[in-house]
Amino acid sequence: MISKKWMSIAATAALSLGLLSGCGGGASQSTGGSDKSSGEQTAKIGVISFLTGSGSAYGEAITNGLKLAQDELNQENKGKLKVDLVIEDSAGKKDQAITAANKLINNDNVVGIIGPTLSGEMFAAAPIANSNGVPIMGTSTTAEGITDSGDYVFRNALPESIAIPEAVKKVVEKEKIKKVALMYSSNNDFCVSGYKTMEKTAKELGLEIVDTKTFADGDTDYSAQLTAIASKKPDAVLVSSLYKEGGLILSKAREMGLNVPFIGGNGFNSPQLVKQAGAAADNAYVGSPWYPGGSPKADEFVKKYEQKYGKKPDQFAAQAYDALYIMTTSLKNSGKADDREALKEALKGLKNFEGVTGKFQFDEKRNPVMEVKVLHVEKGEFKLVK
Amino acid sequence: MLTQQLINGLTLGSTYALVALGYTLIFGVLEIINMAHGEIFMFGAFVGLMTVLYYKGSLLTAIIAAIIATMLIGLLMEWIALRPLRRQKGASHLASLISTIGVSIFLENLAHKLFGPETQPFPIPFTNVTYELGSVRISLVQIIIFTIAVAVMIALQVWLGKTRYGRALRATAENIETAAILGVNTRRIILLTVLLASALGGLAGVLVGMGFNAVTPTMGVSVGLKGLAIIILGGMGSVPGAMVGGLVLGVTEVLAVVYGDSAYRDAVAFGMIIVILLLRPQGIFGSKQPVRR
Repeated sequence: MISKKWMSIAATAALSLGLLSGCGGGASQSTGGSDKSSGEQTAKIGVISFLTGSGSAYGEAITNGLKLAQDELNQENKGKLKVDLVIEDSAGKKDQAITAANKLINNDNVVGIIGPTLSGEMFAAAPIANSNGVPIMGTSTTAEGITDSGDYVFRNALPESIAIPEAVKKVVEKEKIKKVALMYSSNNDFCVSGYKTMEKTAKELGLEIVDTKTFADGDTDYSAQLTAIASKKPDAVLVSSLYKEGGLILSKAREMGLNVPFIGGNGFNSPQLVKQAGAAADNAYVGSPWYPGGSPKADEFVKKYEQKYGKKPDQFAAQAYDALYIMTTSLKNSGKADDREALKEALKGLKNFEGVTGKFQFDEKRNPVMEVKVLHVEKGEFKLVK
Repeated sequence: MLTQQLINGLTLGSTYALVALGYTLIFGVLEIINMAHGEIFMFGAFVGLMTVLYYKGSLLTAIIAAIIATMLIGLLMEWIALRPLRRQKGASHLASLISTIGVSIFLENLAHKLFGPETQPFPIPFTNVTYELGSVRISLVQIIIFTIAVAVMIALQVWLGKTRYGRALRATAENIETAAILGVNTRRIILLTVLLASALGGLAGVLVGMGFNAVTPTMGVSVGLKGLAIIILGGMGSVPGAMVGGLVLGVTEVLAVVYGDSAYRDAVAFGMIIVILLLRPQGIFGSKQPVRR
């Protein structure tokens, strides 16, 4: 057992360190850690991720993807560039994401930040990174307006405003859909944003919206909403949720005999959805940047990920994996491992990047330019809709 | 559609009621609120799930395994977090509340480590077995949950009223010192209460996990809060109160979602509890006597 005395000394030391660097932060631009004498530079990259609490599965997938990329990159760039990840937990909470961002920027002097996990957290943390001139890149933040916080805010997550319309259009054509019902999680920024895109798309396509029902993240009982929706007999149900809720909605819906196609937002894009809902996940659609059978590169990534973690990677892992490659490639392009300004410019100028999610570059608003793949769940597997 | 929604509400309510039973027993005898009950319930769900997944157990084996596991947890909690505090003369009633909060945090994180953060489905062979009566659909799972909940509650009520141990438990609940003077082994009764309450939590865990087809390390928190609300609504320490309170809360919640907005499902449910308490401060089945110190 550690004695109380030592605990208090450690705590005091940590506290005073925090205070000291808190005062000095912002003024110092150097991001220590690069060792020029040996020729190897060290890039300190901060990570803010949802590691504890209800959504920790997302944070786990993301940090797994990042660590896999880190191992590969450090092997590949040995002697030239070493990537050091400083991982902070946000617990899915805005205030903790802000604290983590401040710590990474002022205490750890990171050159750039990857994360946070949720769009809501990004809206809170991005302005802080931006005002400190630190590039911050979301790997799973798909809500509308993420990069509006400023010049230093990037994302390699395909925004839902692009993915959802593409998916809905394709499914409506294929399944001849006229009437739809909408469901979304009303206490999650990302889901509300996805819902707005769904509603807009449905109206543009001239679909009749027969019902709209809401729920909250973490709910387990959806029978009330689905009973109401089923009584209005829609041709399809559009759901904006994370996969946990999505899986539960699908199982309940099929149990109740509501067997129409379900079109999900980004949250549906996970093997976990199928694992959780089982056969009930069949006939669900989702628009996605990530498809495991997409390319030799993707296959290779799936193999390595399964070897290391014993499970299949999802979109969160794939995009996080690509994100670290994007950031490291940009650091190499800039030639400096500790220059935040140079990193920002290099990210903006990134061209012809080939990741496991396909070809990638940023548009002028620092959003990704990439191809949307529409996936359909058949017998428990995501199949590409041609 | 209303009938269908009432069935949804009753299923949800009977799971709430089962969880509330554990609270009500411990509160009745020990006069403490066991904040770890939700997490004990969650552990029951996981142990049941693991029995089904890895030992290919049937639902019955899963329930038995869950009950044994949660009884063990209850036993440890009594030895480590509750009994030492009871021995301290002058320790505040709040001390045990805080120590059970500690147990709940520990259990949640332990489950996180042991079982992973993901929501896991509960594979049972009859998930999709449903019966149609006109326009109403009832699933076999719903029937099982409701039947077990009601049966357990009746059995508990009878046991408390008619058996020797049941009477001893009620005597202890009335007044520990007097019961001891009258020859009741109160120490044994307290242990029995904790074990019984934990077992009920484990049973509820398996049923709820099966009912909503989702087991996660964080599932204890919200269900735990609902359980607390129900024993206040039904009357502290009352078994029929827990049953009726649970059903009322379940139905209110479902109706709040159907005719209102799901964002307010908890607000409506808790608002209703406040209204009922204004009319009947002791709860639906509570006694009129002032709460003993």
